[in-house]
Amino acid sequence: MEKKELLSLSATALGAAVKAGKTTAVEAMEAVLGQIEEWESIYHCYVTIGKEAALAKAADVQKKIEAGELTGPLAGVPAAVKDNLCTEGVLTTCSSKILENFVPTFSSEAVRNLERAGVVLIGKTNMDEFAMGSTTETSYFGVTKNPRNPEHVPGGSSGGSAAAVAAQECFFALGSDTGGSIRQPASYCGVVGMKPTYGTVSRYGLIAYGSSLDQIGPLTKTVEDCAAVLEAITSHDCKDSTSVKREDTDFTSALVADVKGMRIGIPRDYFGEGLDPEVKAAVLKAADLLKEQGALVEEFDLSLVEYAIPTYYTIAAAEASSNLERFDGIKYGYRAEDAAGLHQMYKRTRSQGFGPEVKRRIMLGSFVLSSGYYDAYYLKALKVKAMIKKAFDRAFLKYDCILGPVAPATAPKLGESLSDPMKMYLGDIYTISVNLAGLPGISVPCGTDSKGLPIGLQLIGDCFQEKKLIRTAYTFERLRKEEA
Amino acid sequence: MAKEYETVIGLEVHVELATKTKIFCGCSTAFGGRPNSHTCPVCTGMPGSLPVLNGKVLEYAVAVGLATNCNITQYCKFDRKNYFYPDNPQNYQISQLYLPICRDGYVEIETENGSKKVGIHEIHMEEDAGKLIHDEWEDCTLVDYNRSGVPLIEIVSEPDMRSAKEVIAYLEKLRLIIQYLGASDCKLQEGSMRADVNLSVREAGAQEFGTRTEMKNLNSFRAIARAIDGERERQIDLLEAGKAVVQETRRWDDAKETSYAMRSKEDAQDYRYFPDPDLAPLCISDEYLEELKAKQPEFRTEKMKRYQEEFDIPDYDIEIITDSKHMADIFEATVALGSQPKKVSNWLMGETLRLLKEKELDPEDLRFSPENLAKLIALTESKAINSTVAKEVFEVMFEEDVDPEQYVEEKSLKTVTDEGALQKTVEEVIAANPQSVEDYRNGKEKAIGFLVGQTMKAMKGKADPAGVNRMLKELLG
Amino acid sequence: MANMISDETIEYVGILAKLELSGEEKEAAKKSMGEMLDYIDKLNELNTTDVEPMSHVFPIQNVFREDEVTNGDESAKTLQNAPSQKDNMFIVPKTFD
Repeated sequence: MEKKELLSLSATALGAAVKAGKTTAVEAMEAVLGQIEEWESIYHCYVTIGKEAALAKAADVQKKIEAGELTGPLAGVPAAVKDNLCTEGVLTTCSSKILENFVPTFSSEAVRNLERAGVVLIGKTNMDEFAMGSTTETSYFGVTKNPRNPEHVPGGSSGGSAAAVAAQECFFALGSDTGGSIRQPASYCGVVGMKPTYGTVSRYGLIAYGSSLDQIGPLTKTVEDCAAVLEAITSHDCKDSTSVKREDTDFTSALVADVKGMRIGIPRDYFGEGLDPEVKAAVLKAADLLKEQGALVEEFDLSLVEYAIPTYYTIAAAEASSNLERFDGIKYGYRAEDAAGLHQMYKRTRSQGFGPEVKRRIMLGSFVLSSGYYDAYYLKALKVKAMIKKAFDRAFLKYDCILGPVAPATAPKLGESLSDPMKMYLGDIYTISVNLAGLPGISVPCGTDSKGLPIGLQLIGDCFQEKKLIRTAYTFERLRKEEA
Repeated sequence: MAKEYETVIGLEVHVELATKTKIFCGCSTAFGGRPNSHTCPVCTGMPGSLPVLNGKVLEYAVAVGLATNCNITQYCKFDRKNYFYPDNPQNYQISQLYLPICRDGYVEIETENGSKKVGIHEIHMEEDAGKLIHDEWEDCTLVDYNRSGVPLIEIVSEPDMRSAKEVIAYLEKLRLIIQYLGASDCKLQEGSMRADVNLSVREAGAQEFGTRTEMKNLNSFRAIARAIDGERERQIDLLEAGKAVVQETRRWDDAKETSYAMRSKEDAQDYRYFPDPDLAPLCISDEYLEELKAKQPEFRTEKMKRYQEEFDIPDYDIEIITDSKHMADIFEATVALGSQPKKVSNWLMGETLRLLKEKELDPEDLRFSPENLAKLIALTESKAINSTVAKEVFEVMFEEDVDPEQYVEEKSLKTVTDEGALQKTVEEVIAANPQSVEDYRNGKEKAIGFLVGQTMKAMKGKADPAGVNRMLKELLG
Repeated sequence: MANMISDETIEYVGILAKLELSGEEKEAAKKSMGEMLDYIDKLNELNTTDVEPMSHVFPIQNVFREDEVTNGDESAKTLQNAPSQKDNMFIVPKTFD
């Protein structure tokens, strides 16, 4: 198969082509590595690329496919994973100096599930340091650029994963989403991204940022790929106490282009001040398309939307301050050598090892948990979280999905965001309540703005209702294709 | 005139639970092994690792709570206690603050003024820390995480104790309860039971508590008693000198019989507890509680009472035997195998205690099986071996739990029952000791003892002394 | 800014979080933490008197492991990434006085 044609295939289409003998896992890997060679110096999607290992693994997988040992829809497909997912024997940095030399001794459960499905890993994608950021500019290893327009950020924190999919430097990628870190870069890069219900994908081996909010999910070229990858990585894992045993994980069965009777709610509070008019128009147009197909679309008031960001930043920072305590220069990673005594070693290691955004959140998190402030800040946030969850519960009594934008605007230019952290945090307004409530959410491309930058449509479902999201997103994707 | 002071003491007791594995991972809790050989990503705080609770830990914690009259918290959670120290690989310890598993219990202790209740404020589950070893050669510290993640319960008492004696009585009571439950072996010197002492003094009759200090590193009853006396004196001296007691943590140095403050400016003592998002909450059902209640063993008081009714042995024996669950178990099992209670008790009270003392061991360390003790008793009862041989065999059993029947057989220790052989030896002894024979015949009863001894010696101990005595008397007419 | 973060507070949080900030970083931290706290204070607009704090988002309960040893000697892996080690242990600056 010709390289250009090969690279344009979706993951599932490639899997089918490999199975049919039209191409091979090795050919696909060579094509992807060629693409990386050509574009990586511009986009910088990856922190680590394991070229030799990837080719060897592709050859091995190809043999197993031919021997009939690997039969799944993703067998032989080259993929990338975010650099906060542990990979045995492969550098895993969280894009931080403090883990610049860390080689895990085990692989995350999600990665193992991919390997069981015959997926071949290319490398580890760039991200905001410890997933703290919305632009992939806080990476210790340099910024990633948006393949749709390299003057713009790819979003974040899973910006490397989104960009790699958009740049055809992989066929799909895994990311993690704590406050929108899959959906927002997917939206900025014009790919599909999904954050599953909390507990669906094992967090074992995911280097934690905000443990009660983190979820691993797919970034893909199509909704079909998204369903297939989600199906592959979902598992009940005894090593993760928050892993849920689910029965309904045949997500690909929801790939049905039919939304007749689907009850879709549009929260008015998602379309107020701060939303870019072009984004608004694209998202509302998507709602109209679905309505034309028989979906029951109506507006409603979700409420509490403006409280999600302060709630989120309190909880995420608190958990992060604790989760990141283990990076102390003793067991792994960077260690400051010039220190006199234990406490100075801790302080220098951490001060030199973490970047400014990470330090900012650790400081905030330590403060909101500290003596005298716990009730006023942390406990208060947990209470508001309960209220936000309740607001969603009420909405899902009436609707199958909630439809809205992913982000208030399209991808900002490089360097515009970090100077004003507060503004950057506000950009998470439509995505973070989904994490607070543990819900599934998907981002699907729904158009471009006048600068040609992609716009994403977000669909939010009730817990365990990924299939409704997949069905709606799949239908919409088909309608868009027909339109074009 | 000197003022009268009252000492107010509360205890925080850490007990290592007798699980096979750690609290949050499948690593062994066995002692020893080379450094870091019982570790995995979870108990060394590797990035990406996650904890999963060992169900047995909850079971033990609830059992101890029930046995100490606590209310069990049926919706309970784990919290993270955040502080940086190298023995704590995540730099937070998973513990419980907001919803500990047990609350508001008590145990009764015996004091000079009769029995007294010591309140238990709470019991919580948590993980132990690793071990720090000072390396003098390189003047640094080495970290071994083998103990990191070993399950602990912390039993926090109310400030209800007033003297070292009461503290010891309370600790003994806890030890007995926990050992009877099989939840821990509670060895102070090995660290499977550790006590931190919170102590304050106040003028006799005062209502308000004084400022308290917390004393750590107490690993024997003796150290606890000395630390209490020492800290009481220190605080009284401060007050008498018009100075204030500072609320602080102090480390007891038993060798120097003194304590020193463990403070540092890098030590904020602000643990920023919050619910651990990695662990699911626990919802304890009524059925679970009923099941554990039904499984509660017979504790010491009940057992003593039953022994008094069932077995014809002295109260003193009963007290000693039931002071160790393990010893009581051996006693009962041996009796159940058909041995006479008094004989079993004699072995435990005599040779067993003697050897424990000699070898500086705890009754919990006893290794011989009831089966073998029963066999040994049967061998002596049937006179197959005499008491000297029996003690010899017991010593070997004590060390290696050998089968006494087999051992006696292999070492040919059986009493010679061949009357012909015995008579031949006795005749030889009579012939060789004419003086003693004459003494005996002249009415010196004692002389027969010498002749028995000579015969036993010639028989290499393998004769029944009473039989030898009888035969000598017969032959000497 | 309603929340004025003092030098002492930043110093104290630095001790808790084991971060050593330069003078410049401290000023930036004071400013950004103050702004964040002002923003978080928005939550006080909501009456949460009768609301139970939600630490875990949906009811997974009672997740247990069997008390069976599943791990062997993994010390080589444990120490594999150690910046400094000796005799199968991690080396740290001395903790004893």
